[in-house]
Amino acid sequence: MALMPKRNDSAPSFQEKEKVIALAGNPNVGKSTLFNRLTGMRQHTGNWTGKTVGVAEGHCRLGEQPMTVVDLPGTYSLFAHSEEERVAKEVICSELPDLVAIVCDATCLGRNLILVLQILSVTDRAVVFVNLMDEAKKKGIEIDLDLLSDRLGVPVVGLSARSGKGIDDAVRVMQTASDGVAPLHSDQEPRALAETAEQIAEEVTIKRQERDVRDRTVDRIVTSKLFGFPLMLLLLALIFWITIEGANIPSALLAKGLFWVEDRLMEGMNALGAPWWLSGALVSGVYRTVAWVVSVMLPPMAIFFPLFTILEDLGYLPRIAFNLDRCFCGCNACGKQALTMCMGFGCNAVGVTGCRIIDSKRERLIAMLTNSFVPCNGRFPTLIALISIFFVSAGGFGGSLLSALALAGLILLSVLVTLGCSKLLSCTLLRGEPSSFTLELPPYRPPQVGQVILRSVLDRTVFVLGRAVAVAAPAGLILWILANGKVDGVGILWHLAGWLDPIGSLLGMDGVILLAFLLALPAAEIFLPVLLMAYTSSGSLIEYGGLEELRLILSENGWTALSACCVVIFLLFHFPCSTTLMTIRKESGKLRWAILAAVLPTVIGALLCLIISFVSRLLI
Amino acid sequence: MEVRRLTGEAAMRRRLEDIGLTEGSRVTCLMKSPLGDPKAYRIQGAVIALRDRDAATVFGVPITPSPHDVENGRRGRRWR
Repeated sequence: MALMPKRNDSAPSFQEKEKVIALAGNPNVGKSTLFNRLTGMRQHTGNWTGKTVGVAEGHCRLGEQPMTVVDLPGTYSLFAHSEEERVAKEVICSELPDLVAIVCDATCLGRNLILVLQILSVTDRAVVFVNLMDEAKKKGIEIDLDLLSDRLGVPVVGLSARSGKGIDDAVRVMQTASDGVAPLHSDQEPRALAETAEQIAEEVTIKRQERDVRDRTVDRIVTSKLFGFPLMLLLLALIFWITIEGANIPSALLAKGLFWVEDRLMEGMNALGAPWWLSGALVSGVYRTVAWVVSVMLPPMAIFFPLFTILEDLGYLPRIAFNLDRCFCGCNACGKQALTMCMGFGCNAVGVTGCRIIDSKRERLIAMLTNSFVPCNGRFPTLIALISIFFVSAGGFGGSLLSALALAGLILLSVLVTLGCSKLLSCTLLRGEPSSFTLELPPYRPPQVGQVILRSVLDRTVFVLGRAVAVAAPAGLILWILANGKVDGVGILWHLAGWLDPIGSLLGMDGVILLAFLLALPAAEIFLPVLLMAYTSSGSLIEYGGLEELRLILSENGWTALSACCVVIFLLFHFPCSTTLMTIRKESGKLRWAILAAVLPTVIGALLCLIISFVSRLLI
Repeated sequence: MEVRRLTGEAAMRRRLEDIGLTEGSRVTCLMKSPLGDPKAYRIQGAVIALRDRDAATVFGVPITPSPHDVENGRRGRRWR
């Protein structure tokens, strides 16, 4: 599963007769941006190497002719090192594309030309797009495109995919060029190839000056000994604070609105004379669970996702990987794991897929197995709610600030556990030395704020919410049946919870909580709704109207600070959702890694809860 | 500095050549990460981070500082 629309993992399938154009190029040169421009699709783009790990395909028209455009993962060369580069190479070298459009970065043409020359030596159906012309201009770099075209023997177009400048020219060139071009063939050794590339780049680049003083100054601050780590934590806390502060009121309003609708639905059902079990199952079961999911999840997500996307667009994420690499290296893992962790904040399944950017198989497996230690967006709202209710008594500004800090502390804990586990794995099951590592730090780019908000709300938020609702609806039905189906006069749910109770209390929780964790296996989003449903289905109908009522429900059912603490810990460290597990199974190719990915965090979470409840019982 | 020789194992050498770190190319160290390792280098106009153990396989000679190096207050440095 991925957050992007229409994404395939293997070689894409094509319709007959449609011309196929493959977009190739170094990582982070704007292939996906160009792809979106050409096809009008909304493939997610980000300012860092390795954003596109699969192959995306979309359709557009060149004049009268329908075209299929394929967006390939970025690659530095045709000699594949990592999984995502292998995918790109396979498509380029195959007979599939009618035309390979090689996208270059105008600001570092020399390095880009290495790949261009390599591709030109295997295919004669190619054009070169020099992207980021506006950025190059700002840096005082100008490129003689005609001369470049002359040297390479293929059409060259300069463009700025972000602003859309030059796209029309690009389309025109693709139309004519796909009829055949005569490129420069070079069967050179890699060294000679690189020399040729540099030579050509020097020839065609005019007024080459490094004018990225501002970027370097910013870099020196965000990666400095003094500010590097504090700044990372501060940014994290700031994002959480804005999310918590902003989500409170809309969350309560949404809940009020949705439960008003529930009452009307119930009245409607009764008026129609529906039997109690039907209206119960549909309204109290399906509808209420869905309403809970929406009101608990939507506001924090609609705030968190855009904020995070802005950081991503800006180019800050690779700096995080740069700062943290030493820690991962110490655990014999790869610094790019920090990037996959960041993706895990959005969705662990996406984080696991993103692990393809890690070259070494051993390090990739470590990153996959430990990805779920980072709370995904399905777990964030629950964490935020529990922290606000149980650990921050002060209301208002100070309260939300404290909640944000507590949440940042939890993330710190999850990063530490990730590191510890990576170390553990690399000392036991996945023994080995850290492999070599190269990471590009791209120039900072001003985020397109309007675009970011629109895209992240439309693509990510709606997608994640849609998945949550799709899971919540049947889960609500099952839960209602479990709660209302009676064996020996007691609901089935309570039988199950009763069986789990001993284990639950050992871990500082109760049986219902454990049952909710188990039932939330399809999607962690529904943990809290399942829990509330279970608690409230036994007695009178209580509607969730905000955090205060949530607190009432939970404390009425025997929750203390201890149980909240254990739930928070177990929420951080327990088996990932079934989608993530299936993704791990697919990406690693073996079932046993998926099983390990479920067992490892669960054992760690259980151990931590055991220790916490044991210590607190000793103290009290 | 100017790169003279890549001594790493084949895969690593290949990797470095792909990103433009070839014999005769120029490299400048730009900054260290907070913990000192990895460091970021300017290679062919791009900024690329390398771990010290990988960078140690690259041998080169210092070159006279270009106007850009002076501007940033840094000079090409030598590894090892």
